Amino acid sequence: MAVVKVTRPKLNAGEKMYLGAIFKGFVITMKHAIASMRNKTRGADAMESTGLGITMQYPEQKWDGHLPDYYRGAPALVTDEQDRERCVSCQLCEFICPPKAIKITPGEIPSDDPWAKVEKRPKEFEIDMTRCIYCGMCEEVCPEQAIYLRKDYAITGLKRADMVHNKKKLYEIGGKRVGLVNKWNELK
Amino acid sequence: MSEPAATVEAKLPKDLAAERGMVNVQIDGVWLQVPRGMRMIEACKLAQKEVPHYCYHPKLTAPGNCRMCLVQMGMPPRPAPGQDPVRDADGYENIGWMPRPVIACANTVSENMGIRTGGELVEKCREGVMEFLLINHPLDCPICDQAGECRLQEFSVEHGKGESRFVDAKVKKPKNVDIGPRVRLDDERCIMCSRCIRFMDEVAADPVLGFTQRGTHTTLTVHPGKRLDSNYSLNTVDICPVGALTSNDFRFQMRVWFLKETKSIDVNCGTGSNITIWARGNKVHRITPRQNDEVNSNWMPDSHRLSFHQIDSDKRLTEPLAKDGSVHAPISWGSAIADSAAELRKFHASEIAIIASARMTNEELFLVRALASELGTSLVTTVPRMGESDGLLISADRNPNSTGAKLVWQSGDTAGNLATIREGVRQGSIKALLVLSEDLVEAGFSSEDLAKPAFIASIQLLAGPTAEASHIVLPGAAFAEKRGSMVNVTGRIQRLNRAVEPLGSAKDDWEILRDLILALQGAKVGDGPNSIEDVFKAMSSQVPEFDGLSLSKIGDLGQAIVATGVTIPLLDNERARKAAGLING
Repeated sequence: MAVVKVTRPKLNAGEKMYLGAIFKGFVITMKHAIASMRNKTRGADAMESTGLGITMQYPEQKWDGHLPDYYRGAPALVTDEQDRERCVSCQLCEFICPPKAIKITPGEIPSDDPWAKVEKRPKEFEIDMTRCIYCGMCEEVCPEQAIYLRKDYAITGLKRADMVHNKKKLYEIGGKRVGLVNKWNELK
Repeated sequence: MSEPAATVEAKLPKDLAAERGMVNVQIDGVWLQVPRGMRMIEACKLAQKEVPHYCYHPKLTAPGNCRMCLVQMGMPPRPAPGQDPVRDADGYENIGWMPRPVIACANTVSENMGIRTGGELVEKCREGVMEFLLINHPLDCPICDQAGECRLQEFSVEHGKGESRFVDAKVKKPKNVDIGPRVRLDDERCIMCSRCIRFMDEVAADPVLGFTQRGTHTTLTVHPGKRLDSNYSLNTVDICPVGALTSNDFRFQMRVWFLKETKSIDVNCGTGSNITIWARGNKVHRITPRQNDEVNSNWMPDSHRLSFHQIDSDKRLTEPLAKDGSVHAPISWGSAIADSAAELRKFHASEIAIIASARMTNEELFLVRALASELGTSLVTTVPRMGESDGLLISADRNPNSTGAKLVWQSGDTAGNLATIREGVRQGSIKALLVLSEDLVEAGFSSEDLAKPAFIASIQLLAGPTAEASHIVLPGAAFAEKRGSMVNVTGRIQRLNRAVEPLGSAKDDWEILRDLILALQGAKVGDGPNSIEDVFKAMSSQVPEFDGLSLSKIGDLGQAIVATGVTIPLLDNERARKAAGLING
């Protein structure tokens, strides 16, 4: 590459006294400030802004409606149309989980249960949300379509123990999911 | 010199092999000599060529019913009358390959045989067999305990198709059948290999399993009115290549891919069956037998296999305790050791007796001897624990290390002093007892006897009458928590390995003994041996049978060091069957 010599631009006297440029910038800033006071900022509608300018008033206002389908929030367990826990505690998610956030205690389904033929379900299922990295490996590896990453992203707690989602909490977040493969049907 | 060489050259490979009782076999293009009468599948194993199989097991007869081990076989063509066999430059005859495959498990090798374990024909056959086996197999893998160690899973990855072409309804069979106290049967998963049936018949001598129905409806079942309740029933779970037979004890406890395997030995009887301890974190989840053809073959009794549950039971002692009035209160290790030593020093040497155990490792027994000489007492004993042999693997001697105790203490009868000590305690002449990993009730002491000594210190694993009677309780380590050596009834030295850390603040027994000796000597902590290897080294210089050995030299399969004349009945059966050509062993 050839060397390019850059010459300094020649500035006139007005430009050398930079106060003019400062004043110009000040005017632009004030123009935006006043527009935002009048709620006339560009893009404010798209952001559903109600208050000052383009700033979204989180957590009063949320972006949730705009989350894409592929958004990866908190992992959760789901039940099927017949309210059966889909999870059979095969522990593949526990195995694949890169930060080792998942801990499953497997249990046997008692023989008087209507779903006794499934034989196995988690006695306890814990996901430590301080460890979870929202990678979605658990969802990908699940052979029973039982664990999904939902759109919950604001996982908070006052203690470390609050950050561990137990089975009850996971089903609360996950809810019912319909239209999946129903392999434990009457043909089984 | 040149003449014999010329004779050797003149000899054909078949004659050379025949002199040694071998035959020449070409496996995947490579000639090698294998013993006459060996099955083709074993010859392939020698050549390190894997032949996938389900029904064949080296310790059982080969019915050849899974058809998975199909290989291509060839023999030299029969020469026409008067024609000489055609030989190549190396002296081998040309092989004429058969157009159809044969099963490798039930056919024996013969001279100049050729085997192809690969190739289009063999691979196509395997894929076909695999597809048939999977036709009715349920998609249970997520809930099946065998997943991860399932031959059907492994071979369907290697030789199977991605999806089923079978469109009809699958055959329904009984699931979750209760066939015995320790084993659960799932007939849909069964691939009818009959390994369990043959095991119960040929090895456990309790033939309760069998097939009913025919064809695709063939069902494994127990004989009506019988149950699979033999003390060897869990071995059927080990040899089941799929998840048809699963252990009730291990059922749904943990997936096998989480478990770490540690090679160790069983300590419930003098046989010292070789085992694998499967643990995750600090919890033992199961124990399975490990092959050692000089000790336990591939098997072990259920009673011994399930005894590991005491390691983390409620009764397990996890902290040093001192009796404060009538109740025990936890104390620190430092004061537990110092107090025991100080109390023992208050008695005259003739008032102290040590009841050690033939359940201890050689290293611990060696330290017991040092402890006894430090205390100056000659009243040292082990507790005999004789039962009846079950005619298979359980030895009449229920102590795992009686032979080792005799070697380490250089004494013909290590339990000889027990009666004297018992009498001494009753008379009141023995005032201090040191009980090491032994139960005083089993040693014949009554509860009144236990109250007599002025001071009892004990190393204990579990809470019980001995711990209750002790003034100071030192919590020891269970077999899965220690490294060390033991000598079994046949005189074979074998090694225990640590699979998990001692529970709570329990300590390895040899460390407790070392600290006790140091405290009695008034020496500094850290003066004694620092590792179990050091203890073994010190021991091997004093016990001639251990000369030249070290813990690592013992190896995973142990070494025979003395001849005791004791044999293991199950191995005798196995050798007889091998000699009769029923199995390859």
